[in-house]
Amino acid sequence: MAENDPEKEKRKIKSVKKMKAIMTKYYRQAKLAWLTRKKVAWITSGGPVEPLIAMDIIPVYPENHGAMIGASKMGRDLCGKSETMGYASDLCSYARADISCAPLKGGPIGGLPKPNMLICCNNICGTVLKWYEIQARYFRVPLFILDTPFCHTQFTKEASQYVRLQINEYIAFLENICKKKMDYDRMKEVGRLSVEGQRLWQNVLDTACHKPAPLSAFDAFFHLALIVTLRGTQIAVDYYKELLAEMRARITGGIGAVSTEKYRLLWDNLPIWYRTKWLSEKFAAADTCLVADTYTSAWCGALQYIDENNFLNSMAEGYSRIYLNIGIDEMARQVVNMIDKYDVDGLVMHSNRSCKPYSFGQLDIQRIVREKRGLPSLMLEADMVDERYFSESQIATRIDAFMEMVKERKGS
Amino acid sequence: MENMEMMNAVLADPFAYARKLQKDTGRKIIGYMCSYAPEEIIFAAGAHPLRLFSSGRNILAADGHLQSYCCSLVRGVLENALTGNYDFLDGMIFPHTCDSVQRLSDIWRLNIPHGFHCDVVLPVKLDTVSARQYMQDVLRLFCADLEKTLQVKISVSGLRQSIALFNEIRTALQKLYALKNNYPEMISGKDLYTILKAAAVMERNDYLKNLQALIKEFSGTTVRIDKPVSRRLLLTGGVCSHPDVYTMIEEAGGTVVDDDLCTGARYFSGIIADTSDPIAALADRYCARAICPAKHQASNTRAENILQKVKAGNVAGVIFLLLKFCDPHAFDYPYLKAALDKAGIPNILIEIEDQLLAQGQTKTRIEAFLENL
Repeated sequence: MAENDPEKEKRKIKSVKKMKAIMTKYYRQAKLAWLTRKKVAWITSGGPVEPLIAMDIIPVYPENHGAMIGASKMGRDLCGKSETMGYASDLCSYARADISCAPLKGGPIGGLPKPNMLICCNNICGTVLKWYEIQARYFRVPLFILDTPFCHTQFTKEASQYVRLQINEYIAFLENICKKKMDYDRMKEVGRLSVEGQRLWQNVLDTACHKPAPLSAFDAFFHLALIVTLRGTQIAVDYYKELLAEMRARITGGIGAVSTEKYRLLWDNLPIWYRTKWLSEKFAAADTCLVADTYTSAWCGALQYIDENNFLNSMAEGYSRIYLNIGIDEMARQVVNMIDKYDVDGLVMHSNRSCKPYSFGQLDIQRIVREKRGLPSLMLEADMVDERYFSESQIATRIDAFMEMVKERKGS
Repeated sequence: MENMEMMNAVLADPFAYARKLQKDTGRKIIGYMCSYAPEEIIFAAGAHPLRLFSSGRNILAADGHLQSYCCSLVRGVLENALTGNYDFLDGMIFPHTCDSVQRLSDIWRLNIPHGFHCDVVLPVKLDTVSARQYMQDVLRLFCADLEKTLQVKISVSGLRQSIALFNEIRTALQKLYALKNNYPEMISGKDLYTILKAAAVMERNDYLKNLQALIKEFSGTTVRIDKPVSRRLLLTGGVCSHPDVYTMIEEAGGTVVDDDLCTGARYFSGIIADTSDPIAALADRYCARAICPAKHQASNTRAENILQKVKAGNVAGVIFLLLKFCDPHAFDYPYLKAALDKAGIPNILIEIEDQLLAQGQTKTRIEAFLENL
């Protein structure tokens, strides 16, 4: 019945199909890298991918892999297997799932293609450092660490020099492995495409300012994949141009992600990958759209620091000042800005056992939001990939109670 | 053993000791939680570095800021801070280590009104030239911050004097560990624990005098047993705040002859060179000393270090003390275990909480482990 429901058909985002095709092709190419004699680098989601693209190295993202494992509901099994390997059950579930996937060749795509090198940028957490050390020992490949000093209250001149020097070391590391020199003209072009892609992604997210929002945070979780994996390519730029055009057409046509949108919420932290559909329907049933989130905007949040004409020099700052590498007061400021920008009625925070740097501080951010904007907020205890930490009945009850509060506040 | 009694008395209430020191000498008391805190600089600034341990209270106030899946050390220290137990602190510094401490620093800055707050954003990798340079830069920034906040001048000669004192302390602790290694029955594990903990609490000149006197006393004791009967063990992990663990091991017929702990050998490993650029020398020690798993040297460094200790100390078994929710240590455990297994060294993992030790269970497991050695 739902298949040919015209109302539902109309609401479907048409670009989804294209996105799936691009991602399938991307993973196929990565898996066949050994045939095409291309080098494969595993890189963290917040890592500087642009030099890899410029060097013709295929970037592969274990975190994207983790999200795929979560979305395919294979997290429980793979995380459980990592525990038999000796990893504690309270470690990051992306890391646990990926670590157990490597020897098992498990997961939705039978494991990631073997890396020739590992690129780890610790701007998102200290976990990636440990995770990449483990994979460096397992695959016996060189590991490059881009160490981005944490910006509690400032990005010092000294930190800036340190990161800038490491970008040179990074390029030398790649040149050494690839036995060829960096083509700086190409690098410039990749930098330009990266900035253009990020700008377009921000524009796509901005369309949710419209009421009703043409896309929800759940849609953004899906369409995010390209700005993560193919940032710096023409493919990402072309795709987001199309997606942006589709979103604008939806605004003109009055098509919202939630047809009955009455309430608008902001999501904080990573998605609960194995329950995005359930959560999306749960909120939609309460005439509610989660219009924006702090997670997907992290891939364009540092745009203000990046100069597209001087990419290599400015990326040191851009990559150091991303959302998770800053103090919680600055994070709270950004949350408040998003509340105003997207005109939301409440805040949903995913207290994510897997992500300590994202989750510790949420209680203070919640308090700051309450003080500054008086908005109701909901804290959901769960995990992004490991289903064992999700209690459906408890979460459903809490969402119901929270939506009562949101409705009451808006009604008065 | 009046020196030992004195250290025990200090540790019975380290905060009272620090308050008294502050009152009697007018020295500023600066708190820290980690062995990467540059004590030498704090001391050279005329202040007293005080390592904070949680005091075993129930977590109530900290629940409003940190979820239950944060480690008990971080939650415990925040609990103390929120309930005013640290209100005598003139300042608190946070060297960059793990994700949890990094967020604790933010929460502290936003919620603890007394004393100054300072982040020392050290590099995470320690094995490159640029990281070593940045380490120096950060230490120099820290000097400048302290000079401004405390209204003092940190001179090169003052720094060198401070470094000389800490070198003496470290050398003495190394000597103490060598004694323990050679004659395990001479020093009880509980005393060893107390001596190490006091190093981070007592006025450092007083501490050095006490420590040197203690070593003399120990060396002169007649309980030397040249053929030790106990099974020789090594402890590895982060912070150990449970003297009872040592006692349990000894009651079960074992003895700890060495460790790889933040509150143990990692604290005193490495001597700082006496050069005209003391900051560079300080940075060099941090880059070279045995690492905390939140830092990076070559990917295999920790296993090599532990295996080397096992060999040098003729160690029969290794006990991993894993603080629950400590990510860096939990990520390293499987590879360290594999390295020990491969070398044929029996090992056991014991999960601990900072505040409370599961006495019965821990005792049973330690006994079973030692029986099988």
